[in-house]
Amino acid sequence: MSEVKERGGEVLFLPRVEYLSFVSDLRRQGFEVCADLTAVDYLDVEERPLPKEIKPERFEVVVNLLSISQARRVRLRVQVPENDPWIDSIFRQYPGSEAMEREVYDLFGILFRGHPDLTRILLPEGWEGHPLRKDYAPQRVPVQFKEVKSTR
Amino acid sequence: MKNDVDSKVSNTDHLSLLVEETSEGVQELLPREHTPIEEFYLEEGYVLRVPEEEAVDIDEVDLASVPADETMIINMGPQHPSTHGVLRIMMELDGETILRSKPVIGYLHTGMEKTAEMLTFMQGSTNVTRMDYLSPLNNELVFSLAVESLMDIEIPPRATWIRMLMSELNRISSHVMWMATNGMDLGSTSMMIYGFRERELILGFFEKVTGLRMNHNYIRPGGVAADLPDGWFDDVAAICETMPFRVEEYQELLTGQPIFRERVEGVGVITQQQAMALSATGPILRATGLPWDLRKTMPYLFYDQVDFDVIVGTVGDTYDRYSVRLNEILESVRIVEQILEKMPEGEYKSLDRKVTPPPRARIDESMEALIHHFKLHTEGYRVPAGENYVAIESPRGELGCYIVSSGENRPYRMHVRAPSFVNLQSLPVMLHGGLIADAVAVISSVDPVMGEVDR
Repeated sequence: MSEVKERGGEVLFLPRVEYLSFVSDLRRQGFEVCADLTAVDYLDVEERPLPKEIKPERFEVVVNLLSISQARRVRLRVQVPENDPWIDSIFRQYPGSEAMEREVYDLFGILFRGHPDLTRILLPEGWEGHPLRKDYAPQRVPVQFKEVKSTR
Repeated sequence: MKNDVDSKVSNTDHLSLLVEETSEGVQELLPREHTPIEEFYLEEGYVLRVPEEEAVDIDEVDLASVPADETMIINMGPQHPSTHGVLRIMMELDGETILRSKPVIGYLHTGMEKTAEMLTFMQGSTNVTRMDYLSPLNNELVFSLAVESLMDIEIPPRATWIRMLMSELNRISSHVMWMATNGMDLGSTSMMIYGFRERELILGFFEKVTGLRMNHNYIRPGGVAADLPDGWFDDVAAICETMPFRVEEYQELLTGQPIFRERVEGVGVITQQQAMALSATGPILRATGLPWDLRKTMPYLFYDQVDFDVIVGTVGDTYDRYSVRLNEILESVRIVEQILEKMPEGEYKSLDRKVTPPPRARIDESMEALIHHFKLHTEGYRVPAGENYVAIESPRGELGCYIVSSGENRPYRMHVRAPSFVNLQSLPVMLHGGLIADAVAVISSVDPVMGEVDR
């Protein structure tokens, strides 16, 4: 774990294996609310500023925790590799992360271990692919307007 | 006899085919025998009993207390007038009592976060303004603040005051809109008409300032799109003068009315601990008695220079959420009155040529101005690489924007933390153990805006 002072409060970089225990610690330290949980696909970015000991991976799960008692925010950034995209679910610590983890699973295809109901949330059940990944091209589903013959 | 059996078989075949065609599979609420054990904890709210030491032992959960064949799973929405758009809720009922419920969302999903990656920072606010269509200015505000925080540009004070004025007026219009739909849900048609009347008052002002009634694209990175028009002061003063009287009317119409009170008091209770664990924010959290308002606790803009109170409830029921919103209208009026006094003269947008196109008159005289103008409107400006999460208090709760820039002219990733999306999670807890007839009141009290939920 290492700390980099950045914009919008503290930013902490964590290895994936320490994520769950660290979040549990933060939970005990008074971070009562999981304000936001999302992910970024860094496929197109060659270099980005990361602490030395953190190996950049394709995906990054970003968790914003909020402490109401201390009026303080902390942002966790966890690297998730492309070939084995999983991360522990923090549902037990923050039940409010349930829908947000489902959203990340739906749009990025990152699996959350220990999530009670890891299903698609925004897209229909049979949807192929995960749209917010950078290699998911927009307009891959052709939009047909009325009375227009397909040229393909 | 044979015929009878045949028709039975084909009937069930037909039924299962129908289920297959119309079902969305595992996203839906499953029958009790197929439900994973974790979901039953949710039903009883066990996982919410944080800290962990107090958590109830898993083995103690008695799943057999309700026989599976005595319950019924019914579906509410997405085409239901009381679900505020296309919200669909699956509910398991024991008689008239709701046991489990699960919001099924995504019917309005248009991939706006993906779209944002294709729009420049300049175009970005046209995209975010369409998310929460009842408080578009707040969406623009949070997007602009996030972009500006990455660029480190100075915003002139007048622009900041205008932003505050607009976002507070937007809070009023959003809350009266909620009063209107909530009244409608509970059978008070007059409240619906009144609410829309007051909203019109404010939308008329918005139209004067921004040119549009909704989806304004008024607050942009670097300031606001245009200065306030002539006569804005009197318009706003008129709104401030009218609203308290109108709120008085609502008090008479709803607050003091026994039928309304009966329907909302003690319905859909959520405790403070539950609300915090479920990440609920805004009026839902404040109704449980926690004075958490980002305007007060983590001030942005100039909220630390105005005087206002944070409204809290006590019980966390539907009535509390109603009164929190009603009184927030008055607090917003109070803030707007102070803004009227404090509004300074000056620029309404940053003079940094990097983000602000040159004035129209300069284009005729100066080649550089023309080039600047052309470049800004075709390519846009580049934002230094970095990432940030910015949160503001929208009428529905914490509205956050997480932006990652890779140094290009468009965001590498833009995520909006939509308060309605997160707040919907508290719905099963509020509905549990209540009556189906109260469900409408409870759904309404969460105030979900589906454009924001599905994005």
